[in-house]
Amino acid sequence: MSNRPSLLVRIVKGFLMFWWGFLVGDTPELFVATVVIIGVTVLLGKVAHVSHLAVVVLPVLVIGALFISVRRTWPKR
Amino acid sequence: MMVATTASVSSVTVLVLAVFLASAVEMVEALTIVFAVGHTRGWRWAFEGVIVALAALAALVAAFGPTLVQIPLNWLRLIVGGVLLIFGLQWLRKAVMRSSGLKAKHDEDAIYAETVAELAAEQFTAGRDHVAFMMAFKGVFLEGLEVVITVLTLGTSAHRVGLAAAVAAAAVVLVTIVGIIVAKQLSSVPENAMKTTVGIMLISYGTFWVGEGLSIRWPGSDSFLLALVAIYAVAVYGLILASRQSVARTKEVAA
Repeated sequence: MSNRPSLLVRIVKGFLMFWWGFLVGDTPELFVATVVIIGVTVLLGKVAHVSHLAVVVLPVLVIGALFISVRRTWPKR
Repeated sequence: MMVATTASVSSVTVLVLAVFLASAVEMVEALTIVFAVGHTRGWRWAFEGVIVALAALAALVAAFGPTLVQIPLNWLRLIVGGVLLIFGLQWLRKAVMRSSGLKAKHDEDAIYAETVAELAAEQFTAGRDHVAFMMAFKGVFLEGLEVVITVLTLGTSAHRVGLAAAVAAAAVVLVTIVGIIVAKQLSSVPENAMKTTVGIMLISYGTFWVGEGLSIRWPGSDSFLLALVAIYAVAVYGLILASRQSVARTKEVAA
């Protein structure tokens, strides 16, 4: 009896691994940041009803996420 | 009426530029691998790998394209926006690191030499050359997959899948023709500058669609996309300068 997983299991596993590598990969902080950005924008719209504020906050958070991710790669002094 | 037309033109311009540049960059990478396979192991296996990869990509589009259209528009835009944000931020992170010297630039000559060395290490077998076929297949399929995702996500959410697909096809054909003419000298393509531009457009679209998915009203409607592109371009330029300064200061301290 072979322990090798079935073709369907391997396909599903390969599919999930692809998306994991594609969306998370070696920069999990960018995945987390995107989830946080969307979450904050939802809260701004639902809790405070300040849609106009989201116009400013959304790009600022995106720039902040990129800055933090790149900043982590700067050489330590 | 005038505002609506301007907004629509802005949206289409960003869509066309983003899809064209993203497809061209991915095609340069795929072509480098195909050239290495063709020159080293023969063109027959390289072409077979390319054709099977293109068929697999077409099957993926046929399977997932119609499914995407079934998703409610707001959810689709939110999901697509999120994916584009992650995708664009990943591209920009690498591009900023390469521009500032934190990471080695993507060198097509080095990739070509590496692929040739890898293929030379594998022994030729009589009959079918599975190694050459798989190398060409993987190169085209993996790079092509990024093109497919860009076309489907940008195209579907903007209701312009046909336009996005046509632009991607034009980029693929153009890069192939130029690639054949200049042989394997693809290293002269300003890949990092193109990646930076695509990254800025992807996060601009990502921001825009996330906002649309959450019913945010952008000032000037679709025209705000151009403002986002400008804002992000300035921010990325500033980040590149800051990263370069950090690298320079570290070198000064070390010297």
